[in-house]
Amino acid sequence: MTITSVPAPAQAPAGIAASDIAALGLRESATFDRATIADIQRAAATGVYDIRGWGAKRKVPHFDDLLFLGASMSRYPLEGYREKCDTDVVLGDRHASRPLHLATPVTIAGMSFGALSANAKEALGRGASEVGTSTTTGDGGMTPEERGQSKHLVYQYLPSRYGMNPDDLRKADAIEIVLGQGAKPGGGGMLLGQKITERVAGMRTLPVGIDQRSASRHPDWTGPDDLEIKIGELREITDWKTPIYVKVGASRPYYDTALAVKSGADVVVLDGMQGGTAATQQVFIENVGIPTLAAIPQVVQALQELGVHRKVQLIVSGGIRTGADVAKAMALGADAVAIGTAALIALGDNDPRYAAEYAELGSAAGFYDDFQDGRDPAGITTQDPSLASRLDPVAAGKRLANYLRVLTMEAQTIARACGKSHLHNLEPEDLVALTIEASAMARVPLAGTSWIPGVQGSF
Amino acid sequence: MVTLTAPESLETAATAEAPTKVDLADAPVRGLNQDLHHAVDGQSWTVANPGGKHSLAVGITADVTVTIDGHAGYYAAGMHQKGTVTVDGNAGVGLAENIMSGTVHVKGDASQSAAATGHGGLVVIDGNAGARCGISMKGVDIVVGGNIGHMSAFMAQAGRLVVCGDAGDALGDSIYEARIYVKGTVASLGADCIEKPLREEHLAELAELLEAAGRTDNPADFRRYGSARNLYHFHVDNSTAY
Repeated sequence: MTITSVPAPAQAPAGIAASDIAALGLRESATFDRATIADIQRAAATGVYDIRGWGAKRKVPHFDDLLFLGASMSRYPLEGYREKCDTDVVLGDRHASRPLHLATPVTIAGMSFGALSANAKEALGRGASEVGTSTTTGDGGMTPEERGQSKHLVYQYLPSRYGMNPDDLRKADAIEIVLGQGAKPGGGGMLLGQKITERVAGMRTLPVGIDQRSASRHPDWTGPDDLEIKIGELREITDWKTPIYVKVGASRPYYDTALAVKSGADVVVLDGMQGGTAATQQVFIENVGIPTLAAIPQVVQALQELGVHRKVQLIVSGGIRTGADVAKAMALGADAVAIGTAALIALGDNDPRYAAEYAELGSAAGFYDDFQDGRDPAGITTQDPSLASRLDPVAAGKRLANYLRVLTMEAQTIARACGKSHLHNLEPEDLVALTIEASAMARVPLAGTSWIPGVQGSF
Repeated sequence: MVTLTAPESLETAATAEAPTKVDLADAPVRGLNQDLHHAVDGQSWTVANPGGKHSLAVGITADVTVTIDGHAGYYAAGMHQKGTVTVDGNAGVGLAENIMSGTVHVKGDASQSAAATGHGGLVVIDGNAGARCGISMKGVDIVVGGNIGHMSAFMAQAGRLVVCGDAGDALGDSIYEARIYVKGTVASLGADCIEKPLREEHLAELAELLEAAGRTDNPADFRRYGSARNLYHFHVDNSTAY
């Protein structure tokens, strides 16, 4: 996407100051707004759909539409700086003999070497390890830099099986079987030729410089009955030591969760439509899948009905930005969260100091999403050695560690205010919704009422 | 003084370690795989009464010999490295999936997705293979004595697939750099897969593969298929090919 994707109100027509629009009596179409017009013009000019990074940019009901109630007469708060509020989480103790024990429930989502530079992957590992959380490989295998810098490394098992190596599988601290991702449930990976350098091509066994379109279905299993057998194989190969996650893009999360549990997953990873991607058709990102907020209660319901809530852990991703988001996801029933886009921003993505270079690319700091192009001025979503060298993995890792600490402390602040001695003690009862939509999706009452549309009470 | 050992006793020493016998009628698969993961080069196993159980002999990393006397279920010899696994029967879905090296030999038929995503090594199927044989193969060599099903070598990236019988529909769809040799008929070729000339170097590698698989077919009777490389880059004119 170019700068044309700037939301309409933020930008005046070329050459006209925003304040003059009303004076001139110009009326913008809500249906054919400027971004839509630019999309049509781009499609007409190129004959190819638009491909970009990031997740859904459209406004959807989200954690912003929820509020915590906090302690009061009937609830007892904890002292902010004196009383403990624990944050640790154990992941994968249902069947695995070597579950993960993380110091913070904020983990790093799967992002590939290939989509990201080696320095960016190293920085993610450094930042995560510094605060005692996990990071995750992506579509393209495990790099030695990543394994070396990551105390807890989750190895993704994807349809393409690029770089899939049993030696790496045995080195992994957890295995994440990827069925889908929130940005594109039902879609396979994509990496355009600009980023298929010799090293990336070698790891994926592909010709250098081709446009990689990877499979959307696993090559050797179909459906939950096969998945159960596949999980059995992975357990046999790793001698039942390694936790096995199943990651789904939010579409039919109630059924997907029930089937993942039935198949033997230790952990369910739920990625909502705001979850990012390195390269996907815009039409896919914006129109397939459901918001994170709408998906969490469905997953938790499935886990509870099967009697495995907190036994099969739930990791939620897709639009986590603040400690409040972490706390809200956990109050709705998540055991942990994962961040991708926010982690990249912490590393230095969309930094205003590269404003001039973003402008040269037809974008702007805060809007840049052309991760597929490999020309990232911040050196993160690129394989260009000179751009990649701009990112200092030590300094960027430090920024990520800082950010992860802030997320954790913010979530603790809220949990203590709600009287909880552990983030896991947050519960839906602590929440209310600001909108009817969020109330119906999150299944918590509309603020000031006892009404949950579709569940209980009346307005 | 150095004690010289008679040749007879040397021979005895070499074969002293008789194959470990495992009867899966009363022993769990878990124990077999656990023992195989602790194996050292040169050891051997025979597995009786496999009964179509899944994940037999998966994750081997030593140069061992495993013979399965009967039928195997899903993912037999999955992620195989080094060593040789022989199935004296049929094999289920995902035989030798993601094989890295070594040899896996099935004397009967194999179900779908045989040798899927294999990175190296050799998979020999004396009988037929089902659909998606060699799907997403990444360097493995596959020799099938009989026929293969539809969508075989889908997105095949590297390695060689040799079929002594016929191939089903959409052979080699979206193929990358893998090479396919078929002796019989091909029901249809998938997107971007074309027949290519069979040159000297291909006859030579085909002869090697057939010999490695213990076959006597004449390399000159085969035809070669591979990528037209037209779909390697997004192009508006290819939109109807996908």
